[in-house]
Amino acid sequence: MATLKRAALVGAALAALMSSAAFAETELTVYTAVEAEDLARYAAKFNETHPDITINWVRDSTGVITAKLLAERDNPQADAIWGLAATSLLLLKSEGMLEPYAPSGVENLDRKFVDGDNPPAWVGMDAWVASVCFNTVEAEKLGLEAPTSWQDLTDEQYRGHVIMPNPASSGTGFLDVSSWLQIFGEDGGWEYMDALHQNIARYTHSGSAPCKLAAAGEIPIGVSFAFRGAKSKADGAPLDIIVPSEGVGWDMEATAIVAGTDALEAAQSLVDFSVTREANEMYNVGYAVVAYPGVAQPVEHFPENLLSAMIDNDFEFAANNRAAILAEWSSRYDGKSDPK
Amino acid sequence: MSDATFPSTVSGKPIRRKLSRDDIIMRGSMIVIGLYLLITMIFPLYAMLSKSFSTYTFDLAGYEIQVSDETGTNFNEPVTFADLNNTLSVLTESDLSAGSDGRLSVTQFFPDFSFRSSVNYRIRNTSATGRFLVGSTLNDTTDWVELDSNTFRRVQLRPVEARGIDNFRTYFGTPALSNSIKNSVMIATISTIITVFLAFWFAYALNCSCMRFKGFFRLVAMAPILVPSLLPGIALVYLFGNQGMLKELLFGASIYGPIGIIIGSVFFTFPHAFLIISTALSISDARLYEASVVLRGSSWRTFWTVTIPGARYGLVSAAFVVFNLVITDFGLPKVIGGQFNVLAVDIYKQVIGQQNFEMGAVVSVILILPAIVAFAIDRLVQSKQVALLSARSVPYRPSPKAELDWALFGFSSLVATFIIGILGVCQFAALVKFWPYDLSFSLNNYQFERMDGGGWGSYLNSIKLGLLTAAIGTAVIFFGAYLVEKSNGFRTGRTVFQMFAMLPMAIPGMVLGLSYIFFFNNPSNPFYFIYGTMAILVVSTVTHFYTVSHLTATTALQQMDREFESVSASLKQPTLKLFRRVTVPVSMPAIMDISIYLFVNAMTTVSAVVFLYSPKTSLASIAVLNMDDAGDIAPAAAMGMMIFYTNTAARIVHLIASRGILQRTQAWRSR
Repeated sequence: MATLKRAALVGAALAALMSSAAFAETELTVYTAVEAEDLARYAAKFNETHPDITINWVRDSTGVITAKLLAERDNPQADAIWGLAATSLLLLKSEGMLEPYAPSGVENLDRKFVDGDNPPAWVGMDAWVASVCFNTVEAEKLGLEAPTSWQDLTDEQYRGHVIMPNPASSGTGFLDVSSWLQIFGEDGGWEYMDALHQNIARYTHSGSAPCKLAAAGEIPIGVSFAFRGAKSKADGAPLDIIVPSEGVGWDMEATAIVAGTDALEAAQSLVDFSVTREANEMYNVGYAVVAYPGVAQPVEHFPENLLSAMIDNDFEFAANNRAAILAEWSSRYDGKSDPK
Repeated sequence: MSDATFPSTVSGKPIRRKLSRDDIIMRGSMIVIGLYLLITMIFPLYAMLSKSFSTYTFDLAGYEIQVSDETGTNFNEPVTFADLNNTLSVLTESDLSAGSDGRLSVTQFFPDFSFRSSVNYRIRNTSATGRFLVGSTLNDTTDWVELDSNTFRRVQLRPVEARGIDNFRTYFGTPALSNSIKNSVMIATISTIITVFLAFWFAYALNCSCMRFKGFFRLVAMAPILVPSLLPGIALVYLFGNQGMLKELLFGASIYGPIGIIIGSVFFTFPHAFLIISTALSISDARLYEASVVLRGSSWRTFWTVTIPGARYGLVSAAFVVFNLVITDFGLPKVIGGQFNVLAVDIYKQVIGQQNFEMGAVVSVILILPAIVAFAIDRLVQSKQVALLSARSVPYRPSPKAELDWALFGFSSLVATFIIGILGVCQFAALVKFWPYDLSFSLNNYQFERMDGGGWGSYLNSIKLGLLTAAIGTAVIFFGAYLVEKSNGFRTGRTVFQMFAMLPMAIPGMVLGLSYIFFFNNPSNPFYFIYGTMAILVVSTVTHFYTVSHLTATTALQQMDREFESVSASLKQPTLKLFRRVTVPVSMPAIMDISIYLFVNAMTTVSAVVFLYSPKTSLASIAVLNMDDAGDIAPAAAMGMMIFYTNTAARIVHLIASRGILQRTQAWRSR
């Protein structure tokens, strides 16, 4: 115990020293779900223009970081969030945890990527878009035609040959389900999923797994996201990336300020930076679709018609009905122990 | 000195022995280790239990609402939603229970609602704890909010926290969840029957026959202990998946589901069952066999009247251990379970997928029950097994019987092929470039940096965890066992301690990990600082594997005469000096066994750490899980085999080190 106390004292003394030595520096605790390898790059780019702000990253997967933020509702530890799914940010917004702020230059962004309120509670960075990965080699062996629409996937010939993520554990899975409910309407959406369920081999936990399994030929058709498909194809997998004709669901990563932060100014500069052209060019390395129009460079094997196929996603609908949709989904499809 | 021999009944107060300084140190240490177990197990479990009763309900009486007429300006008297529901009864009691993320749309209370009408609405919370949303904007004040019809339909009520058994009611009312109980029990039962059957004949072959290559078979049988339980799942995908090498053998059935879980479970529980049954068979009494021969019993009859009864406690014990392992295992059904839901995976899905911690706690509470029952029966049976072995027993020596020996050799070869095959397939898969399209060999799958899961760093973390767990765990557990066995008096304290030490065996790793979230991830907890560090991984792993290590230590210590303590006391030597100079060196074989046990398990465990690792402390076993989860199956196999090789190397080092240390410390055993 004594050593602990001593350690605490030494720590306090060190902290005091450091803060007096560099009083101009602001430390910003930023929660994120961005891939770990990208974080250093993001921080370095930000520090080129804001050398006085030090970012302390707290990184985890989307689900975990969302749970962490919600758990800290009454005692927020984060100053800002940079790179978390918009549906998660909407949950936080509905808990009153976000500080609305209109960053300078927000008007340059595609309107789809900005929260509807004024000032917006969050601003988007980049998007991942649903797509269907189709293994041409296996399809030929099995005599399957290439589907062109979501509706096609319910065809008898694909029985047991389609795989998709479980919406209860995968964000990608949830954006598929919420997009079908928006495209086909509430009743039509469930009818569609009833039919699709007949063809589903199984539901995976992760959103990228269906495409990787399609790439490996394990299951010829994987409902996943486009960027994953493009990567697998670049790795040499015999894949076609199909954009269903009805339109595709999507979700985005976004930036927001945590209400109650004591580093509001620094957090605002971070959000200002996050909507700049440079920042969007930086996002483009890992994401094919970014919020700033005209920035995105073409990605090899990325489907061309994808941008126009993105549906007008109602994130509020998705966030507010998430619990109810998942409960309904689980009772319909998860309870069956055997897909047949 | 103070050992009074007067009958204590004379005076009212019994005479108590005065505590020496030594006793105080011993008791103090015992209390410290007892506190450790209290903090790392009892408190977290309590936190989890309490979480499972934490519910959320919509408090309809907590909101007031006013509705205008068509002009949009004349509002009627405020009413609560509870009043509206009483007259309309749109919602029942059970509709009002919700999860923490529940939302309740309000237009259902107004049968003639139309979002195009010119009617306006006013809504407010009646207390400061009430919360509702307009769209996704939170309102938590008691001020009136006026909305037009089109906006009013975007109003959602939020639930408030309460306590009760609603979570359990929801659980049993949702077939998707409660079916898992049936599924879990079913696969555990079938796996148990198959494993015990195979393990019995394998152990029989090794103990009661004269077949060849026994040493080799014994080695192979122990191999599955060195890999995470999800590895056989990965091998099965390559063997029987849709692109599998042998998928025709399944005749169209799918490996994803109960079949896969059962085959994999047989693989990873086999060594545990084998060890227990083998021990039971090895102490069978040759005199009984002789008696049977004298009575002219056929070998068939001897088998049923001598061998089986002799091993029955071992068989029962093995059955319950296997049952417990299968029902609490999480990695294997996660990899190969497909749509087949089991309890352990449900916990993961609820917590990681949906952040529904309350429901995760409910499933955990349910998962503990069969585990505790199996554990209790196992303890009961094991205590009886010891009594079988008497001082007059003569160890049984089998005599060669060519036919039987060859039959058993064939059987053992099949089992060994199965085990080696599973490992071999994983290694093969890890080296193939792009199964099944490009079968050339490459080391691409070892570039872990390109995948999810933390790269080679997680492998190094695992080794660090293994070493720390082995070092700290062995010290704490052995010292704890010493205090329980060798200190004087303080009976209650020792009994309580012993109970604490046995409990971890009955607590599934997933449940322990989850309870750590509830207990440690709480800023008001003084131990909050270990959350997300390597320390919490070490603590949870040590606690998870406490019982077996504790039993190993107590068994070794029981073999040491208590006279040592008396002698050291008469020589006026402090007990701790005796501990250091005599007890530890004498018990070195047990200490070495405990440390290798902890190391190997720390390398392979998934369930105890899956909720607790942070990006900085990602582990190899978790990387296998996450890479498989993301569809990178080949790299997952590669990492799994890295764990296998590391554990094999650790075993070899352990063997060599043991030999060296034993030569130095155990010289007294030989004259």
